[in-house]
Amino acid sequence: MKTRSIASFLLGTALSLTAVSAACAQDKTVKIGALSDQSGLYADLGGPGSTLAAQMAVEDSGLAAKGWKIDIISGDHQNKPDIGTAIARQWFDVDKVDVIVDVPNSGVALAVNNVVKEKNGVYINSGAATSDLTNAQCSPNTVHWTYDTYMLAHTTGQALVKAGGDTWFFLTADYAFGAALERDTTAVVLANGGKVVSGVKHPLNTPDFSSFLLQAQSSKAKVIGLANAGGDTTNTIKQAAEFGIAKGSQKLAALLLFLTDVKALGLETAQGLNFTETFYWDMNDQTRAFSKRFAAKMKNGAPPTMVQAGVYSGLRHYFKALEALGGNPHDGVKVVEKMKSMPTEDDLFGKGEIQPNGRTIHNAYLFEVKKPSESKAPWDFYKLVGTVPGDQAFTPLSESKCALLKK
Amino acid sequence: MQALYAQLLVGLINGSFYALLSLGLAVIFGMLNIINFAHGALYMMGAFVAYFLLNNDYLSIGYWPALIIAPIVVGIFGMILERTMLQWLTGLDHLYGLLLTFGMALIIQGVFQNYFGSSGLPYAIPDQLKGGMNLGFMFLPIYRGWVVVFSLVVCLATWFLIEKTQLGAYLRAATENPTLVRAFGINVPRMITLTYGLGVGLAALAGVLSAPINQVRPLMGADLIIVVFAVVVIGGMGSIMGSIITGFALGVIEGLTKYFYPEASNTVVFVLMVLVLLVKPTGLTGRAA
Amino acid sequence: MTALTDDTLPVTARAMRDEMIVFVFMALALAAVPFTGIYPFFVMQALCFALLACAFNLLIGYGGLLSFGHAMFLGTAGYCSAHALKVWALPPELGILAGVAAAFVLSIVTGYISIRRQGIYFSMITLALSQLLYFIYLQAPFTHGEDGIQGIPQGHLFGIFDLSKPTVLYYVVLVGFLAGFLLIYRIINSPFGEVLKSIRENEQRAISLGYRTDQYKLLAFILSGTLAGFAGSLKVFVAQNASLTDVHWSMSGEVVLMTLVGGLGTIFGPVAGAFVIIAMQQYLASYGQWVTVIQGAIFVICVLTFRRGVVGEIAHYFRRSL
Repeated sequence: MKTRSIASFLLGTALSLTAVSAACAQDKTVKIGALSDQSGLYADLGGPGSTLAAQMAVEDSGLAAKGWKIDIISGDHQNKPDIGTAIARQWFDVDKVDVIVDVPNSGVALAVNNVVKEKNGVYINSGAATSDLTNAQCSPNTVHWTYDTYMLAHTTGQALVKAGGDTWFFLTADYAFGAALERDTTAVVLANGGKVVSGVKHPLNTPDFSSFLLQAQSSKAKVIGLANAGGDTTNTIKQAAEFGIAKGSQKLAALLLFLTDVKALGLETAQGLNFTETFYWDMNDQTRAFSKRFAAKMKNGAPPTMVQAGVYSGLRHYFKALEALGGNPHDGVKVVEKMKSMPTEDDLFGKGEIQPNGRTIHNAYLFEVKKPSESKAPWDFYKLVGTVPGDQAFTPLSESKCALLKK
Repeated sequence: MQALYAQLLVGLINGSFYALLSLGLAVIFGMLNIINFAHGALYMMGAFVAYFLLNNDYLSIGYWPALIIAPIVVGIFGMILERTMLQWLTGLDHLYGLLLTFGMALIIQGVFQNYFGSSGLPYAIPDQLKGGMNLGFMFLPIYRGWVVVFSLVVCLATWFLIEKTQLGAYLRAATENPTLVRAFGINVPRMITLTYGLGVGLAALAGVLSAPINQVRPLMGADLIIVVFAVVVIGGMGSIMGSIITGFALGVIEGLTKYFYPEASNTVVFVLMVLVLLVKPTGLTGRAA
Repeated sequence: MTALTDDTLPVTARAMRDEMIVFVFMALALAAVPFTGIYPFFVMQALCFALLACAFNLLIGYGGLLSFGHAMFLGTAGYCSAHALKVWALPPELGILAGVAAAFVLSIVTGYISIRRQGIYFSMITLALSQLLYFIYLQAPFTHGEDGIQGIPQGHLFGIFDLSKPTVLYYVVLVGFLAGFLLIYRIINSPFGEVLKSIRENEQRAISLGYRTDQYKLLAFILSGTLAGFAGSLKVFVAQNASLTDVHWSMSGEVVLMTLVGGLGTIFGPVAGAFVIIAMQQYLASYGQWVTVIQGAIFVICVLTFRRGVVGEIAHYFRRSL
């Protein structure tokens, strides 16, 4: 009798508390803006797939059943910082968006970073490579989820030097991004006892790499590091195969390469390449299960890239933070602080944490592209070569120039 | 020194594409008096047609037939464009031709980007031309050697057709004085259409040739065409041979730049254009415009 | 050969009156924007492009020179203003001055080179020059390559006007636009403008009348380039970044499109065209690359059927000068 009354009393209080908290500004609406390149160079690795990943994150969070109302809108920044910032501004001012996700293309990503800070929103970047997002240009509103240039350079560089590739030749795209990749990789190569023989800077979007490859070939370096991206990287790899480099004694190291690039190259050309990613669909049962659901909804049946996976798990963590806050305070800094205070854990990226500068730390994996004979299924491309724990893969806090760290 | 020879040879390969494209531009300019801004887009279409022919499950037509089919398909497409749009500009300022073809280029490139994205599609080198030769000073992929030789042959054949045959004579006459040529009972509008088809076909041929070297991408012609414009300004569009020679020559110069100062290899053609304009405003072979 | 435009209506008092009425109406409508609830950021952006298109129109519509490289002035001024504001921490007025000065110098150099050829060659040369600059900016350290210059401080104009307030910024941009517009209007109707038009109609005749046409064309090029630079400097305050987009050839193409849609050689055409194209980009943004296709289609339709442009057609219908 007594216990029952206590129980009912407790229940009553709990109910009234929920009622009070619901009434007390516990706003449970969230609006997500998936800003990506929907049709250009990065559309295959982010684009519509990232929007899909965001939708799946909303569904899997189960928040709708708990009375939350979550909407997603998507936009195409067309790889132009102008258009990206215009969309972001309008989303915050007119559409009342709370969080912007994805945003590949470093230039657009940094531009949007400023807008989000100004409007006090939340920014979970998955698509951009620049480590400036959590370094010189870090912001209390930003979480950089999936990867960055430092991590790519560090992991790939270290692994190859340790495997005996101690002399390097760099083929570097002649602009800020290429220079950053080369600088970071050089540091790692030197630190591990290797040396950089020489290198050549090539203009962006070069259709023909033959003369640069000839120079790389005559340098006799053991590793040719490709500090470039996108079409430049795939073109170099393709033409290197043509000049017989891949079959010779020299090894190619692509510092930035995605699943979709390997698909475009074909295994025949791409086999044997080494590079780093933080997610691959065929890692374990959880990633396979997620990828199967994802691919079923994709137009071309493609499994998620690491960028799309990053959108998913970044949002899942965001929802956890909102749930812990009990509602959406529409205050970017507050939400990001909550996100940083909770360890990250999900099916796709495993355990990790968000550092005070906004950098998400998780394992990085070194892959090698399979030979055509080893590939058993349409997207069966990678062999896992090594795993680098997050705290060794990303920029150490002591080296970060982020102003948020100087409190 | 060995590396230098290698770079020269590599420069010739790029020169082949410049030559084929600027030749097509010159042929079209001679007859229609317009600069075909859509040339880069049609070059890209040539590569895509080759890609379709190979990857269509019913056709799977390889490289060699594509070398003939793609220029014909794109040439016909070009002739349709000429018949439906370009011919309405006769008598208007030439700049309208530039604007119209620019619009056509945007449409063609945009449609391909929508369907194929921006990243490249692979196109394999035909089996017969795989592998390479060791020339002592460099490893020359056979396919690249083929590109140089074949485009040289095509360029010379085009030159021969226009400068040395009866048909070419009509063509040159119609450029000078269309009314008079019409009076001789020659169908000038049809000649214009065929000429446009020929110029566009040359662009498509260059596209097929480049498909195995570069990836097949919707924007593969967009930046290239601007370089080719500079080549055309340098060479002038007065003579067919002039544009062939300038094309190859600039490819070689670009190759040398890649060796001596690679950072400038993107800009060297434009800088040369500025220099030529300062010294000889009409271009190296051009008549006063 | 038909000239690009056919507004051979003489400048009459009636035409001037019509134009002033439209101008006042336009200025009032634009001044009222912040009270209407229209998103001001969009209008500011459109105003910058409208000024750019007007500057471009000065060259094509009145000088008969089709520049396919006007993005180089927009981008150069943008980069220089941005650098001055961010790195040298100059106040806004000096930042704008730095950008305009850079565009001025650039237009002297490029103008000197490109007016050596006419017609189609002129277009190709300007295109090639702007591509040359594009590659230079891509590699130059101060532009930060693909990242662009970000987070540019807006500051206080003349130490008084706080440009970080959207309404203040809006009126500053509006005043800048109207000033530039009136300057162009004044140039067109000056004796200089009349000579320019006569060169467009028949260069040989102008030469035989004793005009040194190359000097007129160079001056028109410099005026146009410098004003385009002014638009680029204003745009820095609106977008708060300067990036490679503004120097890319597709931007030059967009300027041509805006002017063509509005009406080559009309006074208000470029403004109308800029608003149409920017609005289209805004509302069709979610369609991605289809925007390019639509832009291409507009080019084709305009050239084939609509060569006077929107404003030109209206003016032609009412037989007025606009």
